[in-house]
Amino acid sequence: MTTPASAPPSSRDVYRDIVTELLPADQRLVCLDSDTGLFNGVDWGTAADRYLNIGIAEHTLMGAAAGLAKQGRVPFVNTMAAFAASRAVEAVKIDIALSNLPVRIAATHSGVSAGHLGPTHHALEDLAAMRALPNMTVVVPADAASADELIRQAMALPGPVYLRLGRGATPDLPAGPPIELGRAQVLREGADITLAACGAYPVLAALEAAELLGRDGIEAGVLHVHTVKPLDTPALAAAASRTGTVVTVEEHWHAGGFGAAVAESLTGLLPVLVHRVAMPDAFVPVSGGQRYLLEQAGITGAAVADRARLALDKA
Amino acid sequence: MSSMFTLPSSPPGSPHLELAPITHRIREHIVNMCAGPEGGHVGGSMSLVEILATLYFRVMFVDPRFPGLPERDILLLSKGHGGIGLYATLCEAGFFPERELADYGREGSHFMAHPHPEVPGVEMPSGSLGHGLAIGIGCALAARLEQAPRRTFVVLGDGELQEGSVWEAAAVAASQRLDGLVAIVDRNRLQITGETDEVCNLEPLADRWRAFGWRVHEVDGHDVDELTEVLTAPPDPGTPTVLIAHTVKGKGLPFVEGQPRSHYARLGERQHRQALAALRASVRKARR
Repeated sequence: MTTPASAPPSSRDVYRDIVTELLPADQRLVCLDSDTGLFNGVDWGTAADRYLNIGIAEHTLMGAAAGLAKQGRVPFVNTMAAFAASRAVEAVKIDIALSNLPVRIAATHSGVSAGHLGPTHHALEDLAAMRALPNMTVVVPADAASADELIRQAMALPGPVYLRLGRGATPDLPAGPPIELGRAQVLREGADITLAACGAYPVLAALEAAELLGRDGIEAGVLHVHTVKPLDTPALAAAASRTGTVVTVEEHWHAGGFGAAVAESLTGLLPVLVHRVAMPDAFVPVSGGQRYLLEQAGITGAAVADRARLALDKA
Repeated sequence: MSSMFTLPSSPPGSPHLELAPITHRIREHIVNMCAGPEGGHVGGSMSLVEILATLYFRVMFVDPRFPGLPERDILLLSKGHGGIGLYATLCEAGFFPERELADYGREGSHFMAHPHPEVPGVEMPSGSLGHGLAIGIGCALAARLEQAPRRTFVVLGDGELQEGSVWEAAAVAASQRLDGLVAIVDRNRLQITGETDEVCNLEPLADRWRAFGWRVHEVDGHDVDELTEVLTAPPDPGTPTVLIAHTVKGKGLPFVEGQPRSHYARLGERQHRQALAALRASVRKARR
């Protein structure tokens, strides 16, 4: 993982800029904020009445968004992932998903990106909760460019969208094929093993692992899977049938997350081994930044390469 | 959609419509549904009858021919266990034919104990308590953004007020100055296990709402004229309104009235006959 000379914007900033840009232009859009401060200093111009900071009230945030959507509006709501997908999950389920309403839920500080804020602010269960809900689209941009593409593409969806965003800036991914919502992005071809990754540092770890494996003569393909639901099962199955082995990488607990989604989707389709690199089944007990905490949890290029070698029985 | 149709000049009812025959039929529908295969939430539906009848026949602008009419007023039944009361009212208001009520509780029917929007006239799913007021905020915000006169009515159970999310929404609604939002608390004082104030005290209820920034009216929830007067009064600019409607759980059925066991019942054949007879007797008594 290399740090670029100038820091790119965070996916959270990208979200803010898109909403700031789109709101004045589209009368249907409404932005409901929950005292996050994300939009501090924004000049909304003629759209000022469609930005509403309702306070620290995440259940009401989701319910109010549902009411607005029911009346023909397209609401953006934003709060931290820990609150969007845990505290407010019943309102998301019943008020938004059950009626298939076009609410765009921007869940910032996902995974361990809240870092030293601690386990109350980490969200390592949100993919499990959100992808379990019928009608919900679950999107995890891995850098600023993919955030920009995916958030804009998600605007066309008729139902709810969960946007899993981070806190701070993360490095840009290398250039790849165009990003398309619902389609896995092939970042690297490889015939020996498939590394399927979801989220900023997991994708970077997969790319680094592929480099390390290449030095040993192992050709690893890397799939950047930014849409967890609906999952691009055809692309995953195609890659898995070529390589026979898949290693998933994610910033989420093992239970119910991206790796679980991949395993679920491939089981019964083809004989394939799915190995999962994810956060251990534990609350993170120490302070630290996102990268430090991921390294502690074994979500690094070296660890992913080790897991791949083990999977190929070449350890 | 609105431009394609000729709109009715007034709601199905009017502020002076005689409601007694309607509330009687609503009660009969409720009793009939409770005699179906699954039984029903008889107590909390009976306590709601005058509230819903007043809204649908005297207060709200709705057109049963076009349940999704954009100009309509919105009713959210936050106390979803009043579902059969809502079905019965929607049926009387013409949203669907009476024979469909017989599907209630039967396999494959959209008429479930808690309302589902597949039933014409049901705006949002409800049943899990403490959701309606927040959704009402969104509906009221949408009306304000459109500068439309639409109003949003949210009917809450008093036991439901034990959910913290109600008070979260109450604070937000007042802060957002949503004078198009009207909450109605069906204050029948009972929940499954007993009296609301013994299970978890709600008093001083009116003062609580006032403290959250709401205009409060206390009314007899079975007096349709009193309900009409308050619900058709002009709003207090910038302030949401709540009606604490004092009601009787199981109203109209002497053998369960005011008792916690009225919460849910399946009426057997004999009880069904007894219930219908009691309703008819009360109509005769009222006529005298």
